[in-house]
Amino acid sequence: MDYRNVLTTCIYCGAGCSLYLQVLDGKVVGVLPAKQHPISEGRLCIKGWNAHAFIHHEDRLTRPLIRDNGAFREASWDEALTLIADRLREVRATHGPDAIGFLTSAKCTNEENYLLQKFARVVIGTNNVDHCARL
Amino acid sequence: MDRLDLLREAARKVLDSGQVEGVLALRADHGGTVPHLFHPGDDLSDLALWPKFPLPRTVDMLLSSHPEARLGIVVRGCDERGLIEMAKRHQVDLARLTLIGLACTAEEVAYCPCTRPYPNEIAVGEAVEGVEHVLAAEQARLSLAERMAFWRRQFAKCFKCYGCRNVCPQCFCEQCTLEDDLWVERGVLAPPFPSFHLIRALHTVGKCIGCHECELSCPADIPLTILYTLLRQDAQEMFGYEPGASLEDKPPLVVAGVT
Repeated sequence: MDYRNVLTTCIYCGAGCSLYLQVLDGKVVGVLPAKQHPISEGRLCIKGWNAHAFIHHEDRLTRPLIRDNGAFREASWDEALTLIADRLREVRATHGPDAIGFLTSAKCTNEENYLLQKFARVVIGTNNVDHCARL
Repeated sequence: MDRLDLLREAARKVLDSGQVEGVLALRADHGGTVPHLFHPGDDLSDLALWPKFPLPRTVDMLLSSHPEARLGIVVRGCDERGLIEMAKRHQVDLARLTLIGLACTAEEVAYCPCTRPYPNEIAVGEAVEGVEHVLAAEQARLSLAERMAFWRRQFAKCFKCYGCRNVCPQCFCEQCTLEDDLWVERGVLAPPFPSFHLIRALHTVGKCIGCHECELSCPADIPLTILYTLLRQDAQEMFGYEPGASLEDKPPLVVAGVT
C-alpha cells in the first residue's frame, strides 16, 4: 500500500490556494486542503475540492487531434504544431493580427502564461489575450 | 519524554508488532501537517501532532482499496468517535484497525471547543476536561426569530463548495442529497435557505462527533458547529445518545430505521 500526499497549488484560478493531491498506489484519488497555507488556510472552493478529477479522466486528451473533413483524427505533435503555425500565418496575412485571439490557462505556470501573451503581442501583434479563469 | 516522543514510541510499537501494514498519522510538511502512512522501519522523526487533520475518511479509503490490509491509526477523541459511528454503519471494520489514542491538550481544546477531548483508550497524553461551545450556548438563549435572522445572514454567504460535506467523516453516502436536483438547483447561489444546510445538519443527527472540521474548512466562515453542537445536545437530551461514545449504543435514527 503506497499512500502519499503531494502539496501543490490549485490550477483553477489566480488565487493560488494550496492543496494536497492524495496519491494511492500511483493514482491521484482525491484532494485535501492544506491547513498551513497563508492564503487558503485549509479551505477550498468547489473547484479546488475537485482539482484532481481531470487527471485520470477518460475524456482527457493525451495526443493532438486534427479535424479532417469534420472528424477528429490523432496526429503527431510535429504535424499539429506545423498546422497551427501555417494557419496563424495565413489568418494574420489575410485578416490582420486582431483576427486572432489567445486563451491562456490557469493550468499553466506563470511563466508559460507570460510566454503566451508575449507571443500574442510581439510575434502576432495583437492584445487579444484572455484567460480561462474568466470564462 | 514529551507528548510527541511518546506518540512516536507508541507508533513504533504498533509498527514493530508485525500486525499492521502501516500506521496512519500526521507528518510534518511545509510548515503544517498532512496525513501520512508510516510503514515498518520508517523514520518517525517527522511524525507530527498539530494542526489536527481528520483521519477516519482517509483510513476508510485505504482499507476499502486493500481489503486484506490491517492498519494502525492515531486517533484523537473525535477521530475515535468518528470511526465508531462509521463502524455502526458498516463503513469501516474496526477489527482491521489498531487505534493509538491521543488525548488533546487544554490549548487544543480551546481551539476547537470540545466536550470530550480524548478517546476511550488513551495511549498518549492525559485527559483534560472538555469545554462548552460558548457561541452555541449563546445561540440557544436567542429567540427563534433571532436565530432565523442569524442563520439567514450566515447561510447567505455559502457558495456551495461542499467542503463541509467533503471533510466530514460522517458523510459517506454514495448518493448525496445535496447533489440531487430535486433539493438543490444547480448553478444557483446561495443555496436554498434554510433547506441546504438543514438537510446536511439533520443527516448528521446521531452521527456528528464534534470534530469541527466542517467549520474549519468553510471558506465563508459560517459557524456551522453552533448548529451541530445544538443538534448534538438535542439528540442527547431527547434520546440519551452521544455519538461515538460507545460501539454498543444504537443511534436513534438507526433504531427508527431512517438511516
